[in-house]
Amino acid sequence: MSESTISSAVANGNGGAPQVARVNEAVIRFAGNSQDGIQAIGGFLARLAGRSEQEVMTFMTIPATISGGPSIFQVRIGSGEILSAGDEADVLFAFYQHSYQDHINSVKKGGIVIIDSDHVTPNPDWEKDFRHVPIPISSRTIEAIGGTAKDKGKNLFVLGLVAKMFDLNVPKIEKLVSERFTGKDESIVKTALTAFHAGYGFSVGHLIQNFQFTEAKKKSGSQVVMNGNEALGYGLIAAGVRFGAAYPITPWSDVMELLRRELPKYGGTFVQCEDEIASVSMAIGASFAGRVAVTGSSGPGISLKTEAIGWAVMAEIPLVVVNVQRGGPSTGMPTSVEQSDLNQAVFGGHGDSPRVVLAPTNVKDCFYTAIEAVNIAKKYNVPVFILSDQAIATRIEAFEEPNLEKVCQDITPDLSPVQEYVPYSPSGVTNRVVAGTRILNGKYPIASGLEHDEMGHPGGSPKLHMQMTARRRMKLQRLAAELPTPQVYGPPEGNVLLVGWGSTLGPIREAVDRARAAGDSVSSLHIRHINPLPDGLENVFAGFNHVCVVEMNDEGLYGYGQLGGLLRARFCDPKIRGLTKTDGLTFRVREILERVKTNVATGLRKI
Amino acid sequence: MSEQTIGIPPRGNIVTPVTTPATALPDGERKGLTKKEIAADHPTWCPGCGDFAVLALYFKLIEKRKLWHEKITTVSGIGCSSRFPYFVQGHGAHYLHGRSLPFASGISLTRPDLHLFVFGGDGDAFSIGGNHVNHTARKNIKMTYVIMDNWVYGLTKKQTSPTSPLGFKSKTDIWGAVDQPINPMKQLISAGATFIARTTATNPNHLLQMMEAAMDHDGFSVIECLSECVEFYEGAFDASNPRKGGKFEPVPADHDVTDEVAAYKLANASFPGYFGIFYKNNRPTKNALEAKVNATMQEKVQGKKDWEILQASFSRLK
Ligand SMILES: Cc1ncc(C[n+]2csc(CCOP(=O)(O)OP(=O)(O)O)c2C)c(N)n1
Ligand code: SF4
Ligand SMILES: [Mg+2]
Repeated sequence: MSESTISSAVANGNGGAPQVARVNEAVIRFAGNSQDGIQAIGGFLARLAGRSEQEVMTFMTIPATISGGPSIFQVRIGSGEILSAGDEADVLFAFYQHSYQDHINSVKKGGIVIIDSDHVTPNPDWEKDFRHVPIPISSRTIEAIGGTAKDKGKNLFVLGLVAKMFDLNVPKIEKLVSERFTGKDESIVKTALTAFHAGYGFSVGHLIQNFQFTEAKKKSGSQVVMNGNEALGYGLIAAGVRFGAAYPITPWSDVMELLRRELPKYGGTFVQCEDEIASVSMAIGASFAGRVAVTGSSGPGISLKTEAIGWAVMAEIPLVVVNVQRGGPSTGMPTSVEQSDLNQAVFGGHGDSPRVVLAPTNVKDCFYTAIEAVNIAKKYNVPVFILSDQAIATRIEAFEEPNLEKVCQDITPDLSPVQEYVPYSPSGVTNRVVAGTRILNGKYPIASGLEHDEMGHPGGSPKLHMQMTARRRMKLQRLAAELPTPQVYGPPEGNVLLVGWGSTLGPIREAVDRARAAGDSVSSLHIRHINPLPDGLENVFAGFNHVCVVEMNDEGLYGYGQLGGLLRARFCDPKIRGLTKTDGLTFRVREILERVKTNVATGLRKI
Repeated sequence: MSEQTIGIPPRGNIVTPVTTPATALPDGERKGLTKKEIAADHPTWCPGCGDFAVLALYFKLIEKRKLWHEKITTVSGIGCSSRFPYFVQGHGAHYLHGRSLPFASGISLTRPDLHLFVFGGDGDAFSIGGNHVNHTARKNIKMTYVIMDNWVYGLTKKQTSPTSPLGFKSKTDIWGAVDQPINPMKQLISAGATFIARTTATNPNHLLQMMEAAMDHDGFSVIECLSECVEFYEGAFDASNPRKGGKFEPVPADHDVTDEVAAYKLANASFPGYFGIFYKNNRPTKNALEAKVNATMQEKVQGKKDWEILQASFSRLK
């Protein structure tokens, strides 16, 4: 693999002579300000990769301030499997001095740093370690399209440069650019393409060599390109959800905006409510009346929903609650990633209130997890949390297009009359009969937050409360028995098992690959079903000397993160340890490997 | 691994459209419900509690208007008054303290085929649920809401309520209430409710009349019904009850119910004030407005199956 990375190609090149090097992947970081349209460049590249055979993964930061502020977009494109957005960049585009200074450290030694020479003065010390390429990006853009180029056009000029450098398919890019501006003024498309071609035509030949991606394996079927929030929203629609309610909060808002815009096409409705308590209540009301409904939020908003979620547990009403996690507590770090709401999702209710918690691992999985959540909610009449996070929410991935005709489901309730209906019989899961259904024996149920008998009528006897508490718990135990035991990545026996959940799947697997390539005995296990946990994990753990739970949250009072604590409570196994962090950034592969080395007493025993 | 989802066997019966429920007998051949068939649990209220009258007249309304069991959905919050749904034979929910309106909104916006009634107390409506009243009113979501106002917290045994008059001695104001009470009528008018009426549990005919008018209103219809808590605020409403030497003063015959300012003036009268419909307008409901949005959006995807609509979106994400 080392022969085909960019820094090695740069190192082998004999300074200046234009040549074509074949690489199998590239990590490109764009650093500028939020109004420079940096996200758009990344979006075009991701889409392009999706339409080609390449794999793609992106990573972006959004400034917490409303306008302006530094912003980056990193895209990793490759011909092989891409698991994470990449630890270090091969190429950095720095639009300003601050972009240059803040991001030079994210570039691989020997990597290429392209600076807008209209704004950036290179640092001679850094010029020794990185290949600097000054290009007057701003003035060339102005030359090409006029105006001030203060905010517009530079991104397309840079896209042109990238297309030239990496020998990208120009007609495909042109098509993407035109599609992006369809419906807009014809002249906008023309200006955009002019800027793009100015970049593409800019003679960089004597400055940088060109790269070409190695042939990727042909993929069967076409790919779709979207971010995690979009995948969640569309997944809910595919699942048959036709009603939702929420209150805006970053990074959840995109999901609600999408559903508000899309649901009416399907005859559905999404309501923006006065607050999160109203939203969860409205969603529960709609679920009560028929189809499983959705609500969602991030951090503080989820806290507001907890009383109502407890009611849904008690009254056994299905519900999907999406939590796009961000740094907490309180307003915390609204645009940073953290996995610190696991405890809240699993335990965040008064009383014994078992609920289901699922955690999607990547963008594609957001789509399928949404469907799974709806089906579990519907089958078990229980609230189901989807724990996504800021990183999955905003990153763009390409994945095989789902077979929508097969995947889409109709969950319209059946309202034909029934002879009798006993919603809370001690014997277990019931097929819900909803309002509007005639019950021929004339006995109608009440959905109640009070402890109740089998028809939902209040009853507080010790025996009843014991019976009903057990009933609510046993539903989840039944679900646990149905869940697949997750597969170990790497050999099922060895020294270290890295355990993760949610968006850390990519970096953890890449860490396993790298460790194994170096001869270390490391495997990994990713848990998608957080509550209930699937059966059989103890057998997986038995195959390893160390179980390291990698998560983006605090080590807690006793040295384990939140999943780590749950696993220790469940398995009482002292070899389960935590590998946590709270810097609000996604895990780098190297970071995981170094931490494992220092955390695990025996080190990484060779295979 | 993503595809390892929990599948549930497709049910053959999941495609019945929501708006046309099947029934065993055509409605025309069904006999109206008797009081016995409508009553469920025996009410747990204290003997003499005003809430009994509200329940009795709800039964009467169901009988008189020939509502079917399955079409009635009774929702409430938490409080003595909110025990209501347990006493009614029909689909219902006893939801959270103060949150009955958003819960009911979820039903209203997805199930236009149901008659939706919400019951609750003054604390439920104007304290913990205050903001929900404002927003349900502003959005004009179709349902009927009966606020059983007893000027006190009954269920939790005599604390000050947002409608308790100044000086009312409760367990949380042993020296007498000091906080300015809410005027329910004014609150509802300024919130934008489209049907606002005031009645009392001691005047059954009037209460039934108000319930019928509220039910027939296409929008968010609210009734404040004075309903005495004999346990913790005995005699609170005597001044409105002719049998106790008080006066029941109907809204003047020449009152223009579409005149917001006139309604506000009526609401300004000191207790016992007026009884009847204070305000009514026919502003479109959120139900209708959302249906209109949907009709416009669906025009563009006419004839397409759901998966084909989604496919079109995915095709743009390539
Ligand atoms: C979140 C929450 N807070 C407090 C309570 C306790 N509580 C139950 S009913 C009630 C007040 C009831 O007063 P009101 O709404 O006027 O109804 P009433 O009993 O007078 O009919 C309170 C404070 C609760 N059930 N839930
Ligand atoms: S406490 Fe008051 S409101 Fe509650 S049931 Fe008794 S009389 Fe009625
Ligand atoms: Mg009260």
